[in-house]
Amino acid sequence: MDMKRRDFLKIAGISTIAGIGAPAALQVLLKGEVPASSFASGGAEEETGHGVAAPVGRRYGFVIDTRVFAKDQGLAQKCINACHRIHNVPDFRNKKDEIKWIWETGYANAFTSKSHNLRSDEVHHRKYMVLCNHCDNPPCVRACPTKATFKRPDGIVAMDYHRCIGCRFCMAACPYGSRSFNWRDPRGKDDKTGRYFIERKHLNKDFPTRMRGVVEKCNLCVERLAKGKMPKCVEEAGNSGAMIFGDLNDPHSEIRKVLASTFTIQRKPELGTKPSIFYIV
Amino acid sequence: MYDGGKIVPGLIIFVGLMTFPLWYNSGNAGPAPKLEKPAGKTACVKDTHFMRTSHMVLLNQWRDTVLRDGDRTEVTAAGEKYEKSLMLGCMKCHSDKKKFCDECHQYAAVKPYCWDCHFPPKENL
Amino acid sequence: MLEKALVGSSRYKVWMAFLLALMGIGGLSYIQQYNYGLGYTGMSRDVSWGVYIAQFTFLVGVAASGVMVVLPYYLHNYKVFGKITILGEFLAVASVSMCLMFIMVDLGQPLRALNVLLHPTPHSILFWDMIVLNVYLFLNIFVGWVVLTANKKEMPPPKWIKPFIYISIPWAVSIHTVTAFLYAGLPGRHFWLTAILAPRFLASAFAAGPALLILLCLVIKRVSKFDAGQEAIQKLVTIIAYAALINVFFVLLEFFTSYYSNIPGHMDTLNYLFFGLRGHHQLVPWMWTSVVLGISAIVMLLVPYFKLKEGFLALACVMIFFSLWIDKGIGLVIGGFVPNPLEEITPYYLTFGEVLITLGIWATGFFILTVLYKIALAVREEELIV
Repeated sequence: MDMKRRDFLKIAGISTIAGIGAPAALQVLLKGEVPASSFASGGAEEETGHGVAAPVGRRYGFVIDTRVFAKDQGLAQKCINACHRIHNVPDFRNKKDEIKWIWETGYANAFTSKSHNLRSDEVHHRKYMVLCNHCDNPPCVRACPTKATFKRPDGIVAMDYHRCIGCRFCMAACPYGSRSFNWRDPRGKDDKTGRYFIERKHLNKDFPTRMRGVVEKCNLCVERLAKGKMPKCVEEAGNSGAMIFGDLNDPHSEIRKVLASTFTIQRKPELGTKPSIFYIV
Repeated sequence: MYDGGKIVPGLIIFVGLMTFPLWYNSGNAGPAPKLEKPAGKTACVKDTHFMRTSHMVLLNQWRDTVLRDGDRTEVTAAGEKYEKSLMLGCMKCHSDKKKFCDECHQYAAVKPYCWDCHFPPKENL
Repeated sequence: MLEKALVGSSRYKVWMAFLLALMGIGGLSYIQQYNYGLGYTGMSRDVSWGVYIAQFTFLVGVAASGVMVVLPYYLHNYKVFGKITILGEFLAVASVSMCLMFIMVDLGQPLRALNVLLHPTPHSILFWDMIVLNVYLFLNIFVGWVVLTANKKEMPPPKWIKPFIYISIPWAVSIHTVTAFLYAGLPGRHFWLTAILAPRFLASAFAAGPALLILLCLVIKRVSKFDAGQEAIQKLVTIIAYAALINVFFVLLEFFTSYYSNIPGHMDTLNYLFFGLRGHHQLVPWMWTSVVLGISAIVMLLVPYFKLKEGFLALACVMIFFSLWIDKGIGLVIGGFVPNPLEEITPYYLTFGEVLITLGIWATGFFILTVLYKIALAVREEELIV
C-alpha cells in the first residue's frame, strides 16, 4: 500500500502544478489568433457593460434604421436580392436546404432577449434585417477546428471555403443563426423542375460560388470594400439612411456620430460577443 | 513456410498485376501537351519554369494573402498590373481553360477542384 | 492472434455475415450521401447536427465507461473484474471506432478531415476532442493487446504497460468531458450551456456502458465457455444503478434550475422535449419512453428479486441502455437545436438513407467488437482448457 500512496502523491503533485498553469494557458488558448479582440484584456474591462469594444485597428459595422425599412416596404427585399445575387447565393426553394446571408425576421426572433411585451403594434409587426453580426468576439471563430472561419484585422469575420471541412461546429456556436451549410451542390438544379438553384441569368461570374459541404455566410462584401465600394446592401439602400456603414473604431466616422446621437440596440449583447450591427428601432 | 508453393507464385502474380501500368508504359510518357498561350503577352507574373512546376503553390499563397490577410496588392509583370486572383487575374489572359488548364491537368492526371466554385472565363459550368 | 477470428462455429459465421451485409448496405448508402451531399440526411440549417453526432456523443460515453472495470481492477486490485477488464477495453475500442466513423460521415468535406491537423487550432474544442479520442483509442488497443499477448504466453503482463493503464483511467474521463465541452461552451444554446453537462454525460455513460457490458457478458456465456462470474456482474449492476440514479438526479437539477428561475430560454428546450413547445411535440413520446424505461430499469436493478434473475437482469439492461440512448442520443443533441437562435422551431426527421448509414456504422462497431472478443475469448479458453 505504501507504494500506492507514494504513486498517488506523485500524481497529485503533478496535477496540482498542471492546475496552476492551466488558467494562464486557457487565456492564451481562448485568445485565438485575433490580437485585436478585446476578450484577451478581460481584466481591464470597464464597468460600462458588455458592448464595449477595444479600439484597436478598424472594425467595420452597420447601423440599421428599421424605421426607414418599415416605411419603404420593398427596400429590404431589394437589398436582400442584390446581396444574394452578387454573391451567387443559391435558392433551393425548400426550408431544409436553405442558404441565406441576409434576411428579414420578426422582432421577437431578432431580439430574443429584449422584452417585446406591450410595445406598439407597429414595432412588433415590423420586419427586421438580420445578417452576420461580425462580432468583435466571435464564438464561431473560437469553435472552428481549422481556422476556416477567422477574424480579419478590419473586424470582418470571414470564411475560407477552401479550408472548411463542413463539421458545422460554427453553426452550433453562432448565437444568431447567421450561418448556412451547403447541404447540396449549389450549382446543381432541381431534379423535378429543372431549375438551377442559382439562376443562370443572375450568375455573377466575378464572384465564385461555393461547393457542396461547406458553411457560408455574409462576408461583409470584402471583395467590394477592397475596391473602395460600399457593401451591396448599403449601396442598394442608397441615401435613404436605412443602412449606415463605417468604421466603429473611428471616433469621427458617420456611424459613430449616429451611434452617439441615437438610441440603438444590438442582438443578444448579454452573450459578450460584441456584435458590430446596431439597430435603431 | 507453410504453403510456400502457393504463396510465392501468388505474391509474384499480385505484384506483377499491381505494377502492370508501370512497366507496360515504361519509357513512354506520351506526347507532352501543347498549351495555348495568351496572344500579345510576353511575360507572366513568374518565369515559365516556376509557373509550370509551382503555379499551384503561387495560387495557394495568393489565396491566403488575399482572403486571410486582406492584402490585395497587385502583382506586376512586364509593366502590367494583375490582380492576385485566379478568376480576375490569371484567366483574364489565359482565357481558354480547356486549352490551357485542362490539357495539362489531364496529361498529369490531376483534378484540382478550383472550378467547383470559380468560373472559367467562358460560359461553361 | 488475429487468425483466431477467422475460425468459428457456423453461428459465429452467420452473425459476421449479417454484420457484413449491414455494413455493405451502410457503405452503399454512404456513397449515395457522398455524391449528393449531406442534404441526403434530415438535417437542416436549424438542426445542423443530427443522428450522426448524437450517436457519436452517446458512444463516447460507452467508450469512456470502460474505465468502470479498468479502474477497480488496476487501481483497487479488485480481482473479480480481472476476467472482464479486457472486455471493457475492447468495448472501448469498438465504441471509439464508431465515434470516429460517425464524425467522418457527418463531415461535409470528409477528404479535408486532416485540415484539423494541418491547421491545428487549440481554441477549438473539436481539435481537443480529436486528440483525446485518438489517444484513447490507441491506449485501449495497445493495453488490451499487450495484456492479451502476455496471457497467451501465460506470463504476467509486462511492467512497463502499467503507466499506459494508469493514464487510460483519467483519459477515459477526459474524452467525455471534452465531448461535453463541445456543447457546454456555446453561447446562445441555453439547453447545453450548463456546467453540469460533463458530469451528467459521465453519469449516463457509466450506466449505459456497463449495461451493454453485462448484456455482452450474458451473450458470451451462452455462446462460449467464458463466464464473467456472478460477482462481477452484480458489481456492475450496482455501478449501473448508482450511475443511473445520479443521472436522474442531474436531470432533475436541470428541471429545477430552468423552471424555478422561469427563464424562457432555459425552459424552451425542456418544454419541447417533454411537453411540447408551441404545438410541436415531435420528441415528447420518445422522451417519456426514456423516462419510463429508465425509472423502471433502476427499480429492477435495485430489487434483488429482479437483478439476480438473468432474464430480468438482461431486460433491465436493455431498458436502461435504450433509455439513455434516447436521453443523450436524441434528446440532448437534437433537442439542443430547438428552438433555434431566432426562437423558431424546425423539427428534424431522419431520412431512410441516414438510418442505413447509422446502422452500417453500428454494424461495423459490432464487427470490430466481435473480432476482438473472439480473439480475447479464444486466448482465455485456451487457458481454461490448459
